[in-house]
Amino acid sequence: MMLPSTNTSLPPELQRYHAEIKELAKGYGLDTYETVFEMVDHDEMNMIAAYGGFPTRYPHWRFGMDYEQLSKSYTYGLSKIYELVINNDPCYAYLMRANSTTDQKLVMAHVYGHCDFFKNNYWFSKTNRKMMDVMANHGTRIRAYMDRHGVGVVEDFIDRVHALDNLIDPHSPFIERRAQPKAQTEETYEEPRIRAKDYMDRYINPPEVLAAERKKREEAAVQARRFPPEPTRDVLLFLQQFAPLERWQQDVIAMLRDESYYFVPQMMTKIMNEGWAVYWHSKLMCEHLVEPSEIVTYCDHHSGTLATQPGRVNPYKLGVELFRDIEDRWNRGKFGLAWQNLDIDERRSFDAGLGLGREKIFEVRRDHNDVTFIDNFLCEEFAEAQNLYVYGFNQRTGQYEILDRDWTKVKQQLLWSLTNFGQPRIAIVDANYRNRGELYLFHDWNGVDLQFEQAKLTMRSLFELWSRPVHVETREEGEGRLMSFDGSDFEVQEMTNSADAAQVVGFAPQA
Amino acid sequence: MVRKIDRDHTRFREIVRGRIKRDLKRFVSSGEMIGKQGGRYVSIPIPQINLPRFRFGKNEKGGVGQGEGEPGDAVDGEQQPGPGQAGEDEGKHSIEVEVGLDELAQILGEELGLPRIEPKGSKQLETEGGSWRGIRRVGPESLRHFKRTYTEALKRQIAAGLYDPDNPAIIPIKNDRRYKSRKEITKPQANAVIVYMMDVSGSMGREQKEIVRIEAFWLDTWLRSQYDNLEVVYIVHDAVAHVVDQHTFFHLRESGGTKISSAYELCLRVIRDRYPPEEWNIYPFHFSDGDNWSTRDTEHCVQLLSNEILPASNQFSYGQVKSAYGSGQFKKDLDAALPDEPKLVTSDILDREGILASIQTFLQKGR
Repeated sequence: MMLPSTNTSLPPELQRYHAEIKELAKGYGLDTYETVFEMVDHDEMNMIAAYGGFPTRYPHWRFGMDYEQLSKSYTYGLSKIYELVINNDPCYAYLMRANSTTDQKLVMAHVYGHCDFFKNNYWFSKTNRKMMDVMANHGTRIRAYMDRHGVGVVEDFIDRVHALDNLIDPHSPFIERRAQPKAQTEETYEEPRIRAKDYMDRYINPPEVLAAERKKREEAAVQARRFPPEPTRDVLLFLQQFAPLERWQQDVIAMLRDESYYFVPQMMTKIMNEGWAVYWHSKLMCEHLVEPSEIVTYCDHHSGTLATQPGRVNPYKLGVELFRDIEDRWNRGKFGLAWQNLDIDERRSFDAGLGLGREKIFEVRRDHNDVTFIDNFLCEEFAEAQNLYVYGFNQRTGQYEILDRDWTKVKQQLLWSLTNFGQPRIAIVDANYRNRGELYLFHDWNGVDLQFEQAKLTMRSLFELWSRPVHVETREEGEGRLMSFDGSDFEVQEMTNSADAAQVVGFAPQA
Repeated sequence: MVRKIDRDHTRFREIVRGRIKRDLKRFVSSGEMIGKQGGRYVSIPIPQINLPRFRFGKNEKGGVGQGEGEPGDAVDGEQQPGPGQAGEDEGKHSIEVEVGLDELAQILGEELGLPRIEPKGSKQLETEGGSWRGIRRVGPESLRHFKRTYTEALKRQIAAGLYDPDNPAIIPIKNDRRYKSRKEITKPQANAVIVYMMDVSGSMGREQKEIVRIEAFWLDTWLRSQYDNLEVVYIVHDAVAHVVDQHTFFHLRESGGTKISSAYELCLRVIRDRYPPEEWNIYPFHFSDGDNWSTRDTEHCVQLLSNEILPASNQFSYGQVKSAYGSGQFKKDLDAALPDEPKLVTSDILDREGILASIQTFLQKGR
């Protein structure tokens, strides 16, 4: 883990602050793994950040690309990374050597917020806490495959898998799969006829009802032959298990899938996680750590972190404001039906002096992710106080414009963009389409089209792994489309009535 | 020791240059780094490879923002839509810093590999006083440099073994003497003028003008970094040409026909009246969608160019912006009529993506 030839341990002064911050955090009830800080210079920081925090990751040009971007924006003075923290036990965090002591204190306090969140938030409960080691193992294994099969071959394969690595099911780690029900022996089917006299039979056993019954049974039989039996969003796992691949290729998919899942909770809780960390750095700094001489520097950097830009939501700002709002509401008892039924002026000034705020925010940080966080706690007053708005593209003027400040719309839009991290929801519904082993995917269209050019190329990657034709059912401006790629030609057909969509809508697998 | 990241980085650079993994070359885009310059955003090109994925396309919904404004007001910073892409890298904090124009020019120069421009006309050397920083062996006694003289004497005495530490008498002789002298500083001063000409006839739409605006910003920035004194003239034309101010240039929308020669004639008049070619580096840029009134007028343009404008200019650049209505004939005609003219550079700009390539074409000769 140590970087060669550099001393990464904290200088004595920062060690003292670290000890102090650790005690303070504990005193407030923050509960973290052991936290290890390492000092690095800007170049090392850029390098580690390019590897997503894991200096031992497998080799790939993509990390070189990120490194170039980070280095250039640092050199040109566009941006610099303040701090980087890794969800692991122990928790690793990197401090930039060139930062002032004030910044280092701020960053350390901030990191303690993140570490507490990593350890206690439910959505992180399934992540591997020895990821540092796992990533290093992945690196070693992929390097070994490169030695054996050639760098180009392995890298090309990784590129293909990368094109698909957003096709995972974020909830999958939480689903406890039931064992597949035992295959049922076929029983002879008797029509459920009720005995009746001949002339009454048409009325007692109406033929159309019987026909409907028969049809239902036939459909169930078709369903039983389906593969996969349930639609699956975990496309990577499916390919790993069922695509005709070599052993090393299966292993590479398994590793990259692991890494994707490792990052999922961080994407699911970006707003909360950052909000929580800002909440604690600001509390620890303002109430304990800032010296009078440092106050201006602190304020400058703190407000820089919370600055908003038009047309964007700053997760740091939104997160911390919402946590503070929750704390205030539960301190004053501003929740529940009785409070909701008050009119807005009464709601504003309401105060029952309950003092439950601190307890509530710890509970929230334990139970929620960004979607439920916004869904449960973003209220009318908050949206108004934070000046939130919805914007959209105006075709006529050719620019993005503010559309509305209605809080329900703001909330809806926020939730929309957070759902599935702003990625299309796509599942494999049939891996034996047309009984020819072709792969049939279904895009759960929700008003926004796929980028067709890219979809085409992604289907090529899929084809190369599955090695049979690939179909994606989607819609274009609401009209059904079936995109097919058979290895050489790509075609798009109009679909008037979707063959499978009706059965598939809401395809999240059932627990 | 070669670091891991250097290996990955080298590999990335090689893909970008098209040396390895050719099939990825088509995914290389000039990605953007957003820099802030005086309250507006400019993007700095860096190459990026975006592997294709299933993603949302153009009719992506808007997003949520935070701040002042009424419904209907424009949201600035539109380059950064939506919070959807939160990114997977936990806890990376960044701050944004303003970039100066000089730095921007430098960045552009580095990214596009632009040569520095050799200004023409060596007589624009201007003397800007001088300073007493030189040393000479001869001179009037009033300018004798005592310290240097004694240092020389000390060196000579030590070398000759005449120096006695107990009795450190240092006596300079004539050869030791050093005198201050005045050094003249010469600073080349070069003047440059950009003449922007744009077709504002009906066929040049909003998007076409926006492309010209972005391109002109970068051309300005680069040329400004190369010259002490840069002036800019804006000319719009449809069937007749006018000199206008910057704002009008980018916002005027006229309709009607297109007579390119009108702009070239006006450009020539401006050069004659205000910017004598002996003293000025002259850069006419002309942007249009490639439609001209008649072939006769195009011939007239070629005449004007080859006889008058080109000899006076450092380089004449013609950028053809693709529009739905333009035929794009003018560039073909120019290229055909003046095939071996080194001072004429033409380029096609299909869309915003094409701007950088076009800037590169215009500036890579370093004229």
